[in-house]
Parts: sequence; structure tokens; C-alpha cells
Amino acid sequence: MAHEATHDQHDDHHHAPQGFFQRWVMSTNHKDIGTLYLIFSLTMFFIGGSFAMVIRAELFKPGLQLVQPYFFNEMTTMHALVMIFGAIMPAFVGLGNWMIPMMVGAPDMALPRMNNLSFWILPFAFALLLSTLFLPGGSQAGGWTMYPPLSLQSSSLAYTVFAIHLMGISSIMGAINIIATILNMRAPGMDLLKMPVFVWSWLITAFLLIAVMPVLAGAVTMLLTDKYFGTSFFNPHGGGDPVLYQHVFWFFGHPEVYIMILPAFGIISEVIPTFSRKPIFGYKAMVFAIASIAFLSFIVWAHHMFAVGLPMGAEIFFMYATMLIAVPTGVKVFNWVATMWGGSLSFETPMLFAIAFVILFTIGGFSGLMLALVPADFQYHDTYFVVAHFHYVLVTGAAFAIMSATYYWMPKWTGHMYNEFWGKVHFWCSVVFVNVLFFPQHFLGLAGMPRRIPDYNVAFADFNMISSIGGFLFGASQLIFLGVIVHCAFFSKKKATDRVWEGARGLEWTLSSPPPHHSFTVPPVVHDEELAHGHVND
Amino acid sequence: MGQQHDIYYVPSKSQWPIVAAVVMFLTVFGAAHWLNAEPGEAGFGKTVITIGAIGVLGMFFGWFHSVIKESLAGMYNPQVDTSFRMGMMWFIFSEVMFFGAFFGALFYIRAFSVPWLGGHGHGVLTHQFLYDTYSGAWGAAGGNGPLHIGGAFSTVPPWGLPLLNTLILLTSSVTVTIAHHALRGGHRGRILLFLGLTVLLGASFLFFQAHEYMEAYKELNLTLHSGVYGSTFFMLTGFHGLHVTLGTIMLAVIWLRVLKGHFSKDHHFGFEAVAWYWHFVDVVWLCLFLFVYIL
Repeated sequence: MAHEATHDQHDDHHHAPQGFFQRWVMSTNHKDIGTLYLIFSLTMFFIGGSFAMVIRAELFKPGLQLVQPYFFNEMTTMHALVMIFGAIMPAFVGLGNWMIPMMVGAPDMALPRMNNLSFWILPFAFALLLSTLFLPGGSQAGGWTMYPPLSLQSSSLAYTVFAIHLMGISSIMGAINIIATILNMRAPGMDLLKMPVFVWSWLITAFLLIAVMPVLAGAVTMLLTDKYFGTSFFNPHGGGDPVLYQHVFWFFGHPEVYIMILPAFGIISEVIPTFSRKPIFGYKAMVFAIASIAFLSFIVWAHHMFAVGLPMGAEIFFMYATMLIAVPTGVKVFNWVATMWGGSLSFETPMLFAIAFVILFTIGGFSGLMLALVPADFQYHDTYFVVAHFHYVLVTGAAFAIMSATYYWMPKWTGHMYNEFWGKVHFWCSVVFVNVLFFPQHFLGLAGMPRRIPDYNVAFADFNMISSIGGFLFGASQLIFLGVIVHCAFFSKKKATDRVWEGARGLEWTLSSPPPHHSFTVPPVVHDEELAHGHVND
Repeated sequence: MGQQHDIYYVPSKSQWPIVAAVVMFLTVFGAAHWLNAEPGEAGFGKTVITIGAIGVLGMFFGWFHSVIKESLAGMYNPQVDTSFRMGMMWFIFSEVMFFGAFFGALFYIRAFSVPWLGGHGHGVLTHQFLYDTYSGAWGAAGGNGPLHIGGAFSTVPPWGLPLLNTLILLTSSVTVTIAHHALRGGHRGRILLFLGLTVLLGASFLFFQAHEYMEAYKELNLTLHSGVYGSTFFMLTGFHGLHVTLGTIMLAVIWLRVLKGHFSKDHHFGFEAVAWYWHFVDVVWLCLFLFVYIL
């Protein structure tokens, strides 16, 4: 009996299944599925990015030049949905798929077939979502939050809702798999408090995903029945309330924001120690800070709704709870800086992105603190200040962390070094133009320019033009990223060593580059001094 | 935790995930097309849903078929078993959160939105200018909102069929537990009897639930359109009924598998997973009975 199992395993160990279809479509291998996730995410990054280019092109000058207002609204909505559910989240799942089994000493993910299903749902879900752009009546155009009653007017609501259901199923299955892998598949000796911070961040993120994706499914199901089956959840004539949708949505939505940043924290906590040649400062504090942020994410949702007319008590509670998040986040930023302090630093591309993350994410954190203040938020709500804020945390935060992770681990994945010169060119272009793109939006917002409107007062013309120029150049810079990835995967001649980076610690670096098809068929013997956090006493 | 040094079973390749993705897509694409069709328009929606739904059934059959085959071949060591258990536990947790969204909506509607429309708390002006005759009461007196959407209706009295259904589900949780103990003790006849009883109890719950729905529609004029009372009543009990249906089918499959001798005293994850699911469905019903019917 056991012989058959061994035989199956044996086959796989030496070579990947032959044939394109069998290898990629019928895969049960965490590395191949991780690669699929990352390629999908990169594709969505460029599709969502092209929508952003349309937005910035229309906003280049005041007045309506290029597109119809309805199409503009479709672009703002689809840009957000594609970037959040298509680019950022699958990128993190792809990184988790690739790295977590290698980091904890497992042969593969705990539930390999379900892993493949989690991925393959996504292309279909996004085909459904993007097809609405070509339907009569167009796509959802009331913003990615889909507030009723506006969203109920969209004639393609059913397509969007079902696409979101599919994405939710995919995320829940992916998260279950990651939790089972981390809790059940660790090599002997890989105690919970010896795991890399990236693994910890994913464990907590997976919990958040399982807790809130079903709530989103519930919220959009209520939209569906209100539009097509005559229920009254959001209709005051029947005793409902549109604000109810906002509560249910943001109960999902705020943890969702942290789903998109906690794995980024994990990545940065891997990259900075490697290039500082020092263990991370305050390992336990980093883990507890992630857990505290996750806990707080469940009790702050209504700060997205300060302007909706909440009772005073609720506004005060949500304001203070929101400000509290600055404490564990501050601990993290402090510890990243303290890790670099006194280290022997070198500035390869992953480290450059990581340092930019620490600085620029912190700017996004500070503007978040400003938005947390109820009286201030009454001014900033639905202005470009909010747009600037969340792009600092999601582009220079989440996306920069994903880029850092790509440069950091790509030599391990492909077995070849990427081109350091072009990596740095990509970094410097990105970091300069992203600030040209988003920094002026703070001023536009403070001056009162509203979000999601295709036209604006001529007073806002200069900053919008600067922002658009930054946007086009930032978009163009990402073509360099694509070039570096393609070069590294197919053309690079420079072999990567097993350890790749001088200061890298952890089980994943003990494997060859590229690693064998199944990472650890036999659980590795864990030596504490090999681990990044082998001696946790603080 | 990783104590076993024998090999963790990793299947080499499988067609089921991609089949599952395709049939799920067909089902929802068909449903979206059908919902979106103009009245009277002959769309292909229903055909596609049917193909998708049959495909989903076939996919479940095929996927479970290969899993059962592997399980009987002894490919799953205790560590694999633990992965399955974690998977089921977290799946049930996600279901809890799904119901949580609808219970949350019910609590919000009862605590805030309906009373506010009736002029309590912060809703004074809305009440004064829009709905000055609306009292903001719950139940038949005002649960369908200020414009009495769906017309006058009566609520389902909790102490009739709902009480009977509560007793049925509670009994079924006991019978499934007896069957579980019988499985661990190796008493085959007793397993089949009590698991069979559980299936029958599940089916009778569904029968009474269907009867209650028909009565609500025909005699009480309580429909899905009866304002927010009807919305919360039918969505909560409906999703619960859907879960009972799935649970009953799962129990019936497990009964057949017991008949075929698939389970041993210490290797019966499939049985336990379904039993957990059944207890979960039971607990949801207790919340429904309390918050939807009684209060």
C-alpha cells in the first residue's frame, strides 16, 4: 500500500510531469502553482495599470477630452477590483505558495489538488469580471465598494457578484491550504517562534481571509437579491438601509486592507535582515505586532464611513480604535530601522525597494492617521487625499514589497541572477515617478478635489498634469520590470548560488537554485544557527 | 506535528481542479446570463446553468471517487489526515462567518435601521419628513417597512412547526453522535441504524421546512418581498435549509460508504467531517430559532 504512495512521490521528485498541459493545468506542485499565480498577477498588474493610464490621461487636463464619463467611472471601478483581487492578492498567494513549504521544511502544500483549484478559479473569475466591460450597459461603475443604491443600477451586477463569489472561494481555499501547511507541515524542530516572519505574516493573513471573504460574499449576495429577487436589505421603503451595506462591506473591507499589507510586512522583515547581515531586531515584537494589527482590523471598519452620519459614540470609538493601530505599526517601522542600525548594509535591488517601502509606507501610514481623525476626515472624505493615502500604502507599500520579493527570490526560483543594473534602473525610475504621481494628489485632496470624477476645476490643473506625467512614467517604468523578469527567467547566463545572498538565513537557502521539484521529501534536520530566528530569547 | 517520517502523500497530477474550475464558471456564467436577460428574451442562461450544475455533480463524484480510492489504498498517513481535519475545520469557520454576515444584517436592521425609520434615536427628521406614520415596530406590525412592501403579512408562530424542527435537528445531532460512538466501538448494525435515522430526521426537517414556506406564501402572505422582514426571514432560513440539504446528502453518502465498509475504528475522517458539518448546521438553526422565530 505505502509502496504505491512512495512510487508516486518518487516519480515526482526527479522531474516535473512532461507535457505543457499536464505540468501547468493539472499541477499539484506548489512551485508550479506559485509560478502560475505570479504570472497571473503580473498580467493583471498590467491590465489594471492600463486602466489607470486611461484615468490619468483623462485627468491630464481639465474638461472632458478622451473618454465618456461613464467609461471613466468603469475604469476607476475596474482598476481597483483588478488591482486588489487580481494583482496584489494573487501575488502574495503566489509568493506564499512558492516560499512557505520551502521555509518550513515541507514537501509541498498540505492540500495540493485544492491548491491548483484555488488558482484555476481566478482566470475564469476575471474573465467574467472583465467581460462586463463589453456587455450592453457596461461594467460596474459605482466604485469597487459597490455601494447601493448606485451599484444596483448597473445592468451587469450579476456578473460582477458571481465573479466576486468565485474570487472569494479561491481566496478561502488558498488560505485554508496555507494554514494547514504552516500548522501541520513544519519540519521537526521548526517551532512556531522559529518560523520566518514572512510565514507568520501569512498565517495571520490566512486567518483574516477565512474570516472576512465570506462576509463579502454575504454583502454582495444581498446586493444580488435586492436587485433580482425583490428583497429590501438596502431599501428604506421596506425597512432596510443602504448604510447597512457599508457596514457589512467594510467589516470585510478593513481586514482586506491588512490582507494586502501583512504579507508585505513579512517580506520586508526577510529582506532587511539579509542585506543588513543582522538578525531582525525584536522578532517576537514583530510577530505580536502583526497579530495586534490583525485583531484591531476587526474593530475599525466604520472609519471608512465617518461622513455617512454615524452616531457620535460610534465615531469616537472608531476614531480611537483606528489611531491605536499606529502603535503596533510604529513598532514594526522602529524594528526595521533598528535592524538596519549598525548593520553592514549593502544596497542590492531588493534592499532598495525594502528601504523605499519603509519610508513611503510610513508616509501612507501618517496620512492614514490624519484620516482617522473624525473632524479632519469630514474634510478629506472622498477627496484625492484619500486616493493619495491608499496608493502610498498599496503601491509603495504592497506593490513595492512584491517587487522587492521578486528580486529577492527570483534567483532562487530560476537558478539565475537577474540583471542588477536594470533592476536598479527599475527601482530608481519607480521610486521617483511614483512620488511625482501620488504626492501632488495630497495637495489636490486638501484643496478639495473629489475622487472618481472625470473633470475638475481649472484650479487643480497644474498638480493634475504633474500627477499624470508621473503616472505615465511610472507605468512605463514597469516595462523595465517585465524586461528584467523575462531576461532572468530565460536569458540570464549568471548562475545563482544556493544561498544567493551573503546574509540570507533560513531553510529555503539550503536548497539548490532552482530547488528540486518537491522541496523536502524527507523533513530536513533543522539547525537553529541556520535559521534567521533560531535563537529567540528577546 | 511532523513527527511521522514516512512520506506525506502528494498526488502527482489531477484533472479534477481544472474540471471544477470550468464547471463552476459555467454555472455562475449561466446564472448571470439568465438573471441579466430582458424579460421574455430567450437566453442560453438556463441551458448553461444546467450543464454547469450537472458538471459540478459529476466533478464532486469523480473527485471524491479518486480520494476514496486513495484513502482505501492506505495512502493517507496520520499527517495527511490532520491536514484534512484542519481543512474541514477552517471551512466550517468560513461558513460561520458567512452566516455571521446575515445575522449581522438582521441585528443591524432590528437594532438600528427599522427603529430609526420609526423616529427613534437619530432618525427623527427622516421620520418627520418621510414616514411620519411609521412606528418602527418589528414583525407583522412594521417589519416590511414604512411603505409596507409586499402588503400586510403575518409571521410564522415559533411554537408550531419551528419548534418541531428544532426538536428534530437536536435529536439528529444525538443520533449522529451515537452512530459515531458505534463506529469507534465497531458496531456496524448500530452505525447503520443511527446514521440512517439521522438522514431521515434531516429529510423530515426539510419536508416540514418546505411545508412552512408554502404556508407562509399561501396563507400568511409572508414572502421574500415582505420588506426587510421577509428578506431576512427567507435568506437566513433559506441558506440554512440549503446547508441542511447538503448535509443530508453528505450523510446519505456516508451511510452508503459505511454499508460498503469504507471506515475503520480509527480511520474515518469522512464520517467525522460530515458529523462536524451536521453539528454546525444544528447550531445555526438554534440561533435562527431564537433570533428569527422567537425574538
